Amino acid sequence: MKRLRPPRRGIALAAVTLMATTGLAACGGSNSGSGPAHLTWYINPDVGNADASKAKGGQAYLAKVCSDQSNGKYQIKVQLLPNSASDQRIQLLRRLAGGDKTMDLMSVDPAFVSEFAAAGYFAPVPKNMVATFKKDRVQSSIDASTYDGKLMSVPFWANTQLLWYKKSVAKKAGLDMTKPVTWDQLIKAAQQTKTQIGVQAALYEGYSVWINALVTGAGGKIVDNPNATYDKIRLGLNSAAGKDAARIIKKVSSTGVGGPAMGSSEETQSLNLFISPQGGFLVNWPYTYGAYTGKDKSDVAAAMYPETVAGKASRPPYGGIQLAVGKDSQHATLAYQAAACITSVKNQAEYMAKSGNPASSKAAYAYPEVRKAFPDVQVVGANGKTIKVSLADLIRKSLDLAAARPLTPYWGDISTALQQRFSPPNAVNQNTPSSTQSFILNVLNGKALL
Amino acid sequence: MSTVAEATKGDLTAEEKAHLSDRAKGERNLGWRLAGPAFIIMLLVTLYPICYAIYLSLFNYRLTDPAGRKMVWLQNYLTALSDPLFWQAFTTTLIIVVVTLVFELVIGMAIAMVMHRVVWPRRTLRTIVLIPYSIVTVVSGFSWLYAAQVGTGFFDHWLHAITFGGFPMDYNWFGGRWSSLAIICASEIWKTTPFMSLLLLAGLAQVDSAQEEAAKVDGATWWQRFTKVILPNMKAALMVALLFRTLDAVRIYDNPYVMTGGANKTETLSMLVGTETVSRVEIGMGSALAVILFIIVLLIALIFVKLFKVDLTTSGRS
Repeated sequence: MKRLRPPRRGIALAAVTLMATTGLAACGGSNSGSGPAHLTWYINPDVGNADASKAKGGQAYLAKVCSDQSNGKYQIKVQLLPNSASDQRIQLLRRLAGGDKTMDLMSVDPAFVSEFAAAGYFAPVPKNMVATFKKDRVQSSIDASTYDGKLMSVPFWANTQLLWYKKSVAKKAGLDMTKPVTWDQLIKAAQQTKTQIGVQAALYEGYSVWINALVTGAGGKIVDNPNATYDKIRLGLNSAAGKDAARIIKKVSSTGVGGPAMGSSEETQSLNLFISPQGGFLVNWPYTYGAYTGKDKSDVAAAMYPETVAGKASRPPYGGIQLAVGKDSQHATLAYQAAACITSVKNQAEYMAKSGNPASSKAAYAYPEVRKAFPDVQVVGANGKTIKVSLADLIRKSLDLAAARPLTPYWGDISTALQQRFSPPNAVNQNTPSSTQSFILNVLNGKALL
Repeated sequence: MSTVAEATKGDLTAEEKAHLSDRAKGERNLGWRLAGPAFIIMLLVTLYPICYAIYLSLFNYRLTDPAGRKMVWLQNYLTALSDPLFWQAFTTTLIIVVVTLVFELVIGMAIAMVMHRVVWPRRTLRTIVLIPYSIVTVVSGFSWLYAAQVGTGFFDHWLHAITFGGFPMDYNWFGGRWSSLAIICASEIWKTTPFMSLLLLAGLAQVDSAQEEAAKVDGATWWQRFTKVILPNMKAALMVALLFRTLDAVRIYDNPYVMTGGANKTETLSMLVGTETVSRVEIGMGSALAVILFIIVLLIALIFVKLFKVDLTTSGRS
């Protein structure tokens, strides 16, 4: 035993020294003294990911641009979040709940802003900056950043879905694409031309996006009082609007126009279906235009999201990213200054042109690089008259009409329950909305497992 | 250690206990002093979380909604035990436990007997057999996932070739409950059979070869020797191996999580606990489910120890 002692003591000493030095290094990371403050920005994966080059032009690039412009006040370091929205939520949530001090800036999916805001996880937006963050933004992006009447996050980029179609197919079916079309018209057109409609109906958040768009398009709301606590929440799924939504989902599935793999179709699969020769129509985000790899790209055009009920303007889905500052951030004020820089009109325009993710700033749509990335396309009406449609303007118009998913702290549960109960799409019937509604209420009140 | 274990055995009468020799007393004290610190640390790191989980399970408590925290007593347990999703997860777990255990026991026994008889290359063989067990479960889960995937996996190709085209090339293993469970079980069996066979090998070493010889001389067949001599003699090791594997299998998480994520009714009890606590942050309900899982594990251990009389202190000694 005795012989072993010296080396053991040596190991213990080494361990203590190691711990002490790593502890010191950790302290050095969050310097509050001289030199620039180190801000950490948790970004969702995009075109650039962690690559800060101008050629990529992703969020990492904006981080570098703003760090350089801050005159040494702050230095932004990006941390990449997981791919899926649900995994991003879990990582952010666990860090925020654990009081992580590095949560200076984060890119949050609007579907989860309310949940985090209601839990008090965000540092309040400085009063003198509220006007800046609301200025010149599309209304849907301000709505998505607001909880309980207060601005809780900064609108960054704003997404919306359009109806993408092939001009040749629409012409063959005799659809007048210069006017709004309904889902029923689309289904009929697809049947006539033996083409398919790309939709997202796999068991994931995108399916809830579709269901919500159909319900709001019929004038309904999935949640009537989004600010209520779980025991007082009222749902509007069991309604005429909910039944309209169920009817359309069932029809797309049972007529076969949703494609053979509709029940496992996410954005990518639906885009691939649209690119294939069978593809005729697609509801998807604007990145579609840049990502369309088919040879007949000149045949592709876009229109406003289809109407659920004829004559009632559609409410296209709203998506995108809001910027938020964590409650335990050591540099909340600087982080909001950085957010103001990141979301400046110029940066938003550049980001939109490079990443294909639309800006929340209205002025950004006038920038030449944006108009180049989302150009004008020729559309022929039913009367044979050709008109020009600017994709950039169309996206802006769609954003004005877009409806966010219910801004309730319980959206995560509601969304999962919706996806589960509306799957598989061909099993959806007129009772689905009412059974889903009672299931969601049971889940929220702790009377059923999810 | 063996004297301490024997001294603490319950077959001493009260009088005998009172007159324990000084040496026995001293050994017992030494035993406590040696094991005491570890015992206290064990209590700190396991008992506290367990008690806290039991306490939390009495609440309707969502991490993101601290204000809505409400004492609901046993409501979470009632909800869980009357919920179809819970019983579905329970059944899935039970199926996995039974299927993997049967296969692991049979294959593990066969491998153990081979390893017991083989003289050369004994060490190399034992190392090779252990390779699957040394692989991280998540990694082996992904390997099996990719192997069974439509298009890129080789399972369909091989089965197609072996059956001369009878097996479809595009069979989706993860498209249904039973085919998914088959792959999950296969992966689990592949990975943990080595562990089983090593425990059984230790048991085989306990068997007195003289008894076996005697049985052989008496004209017992191979099967008779196996069931009447070998198995009874290694019962203790066998039961410990079974107990360990059952407790392990009940808590299965990685493989189904990686391969199906719980789709097609393949969610296990551990995954259900994970979903409620990690993704839904329903701490109350998640804790209740964790406590239920803990009770299930306790019950299994109790059944083994009381009913099958597994003595954890004597097995494994060779």
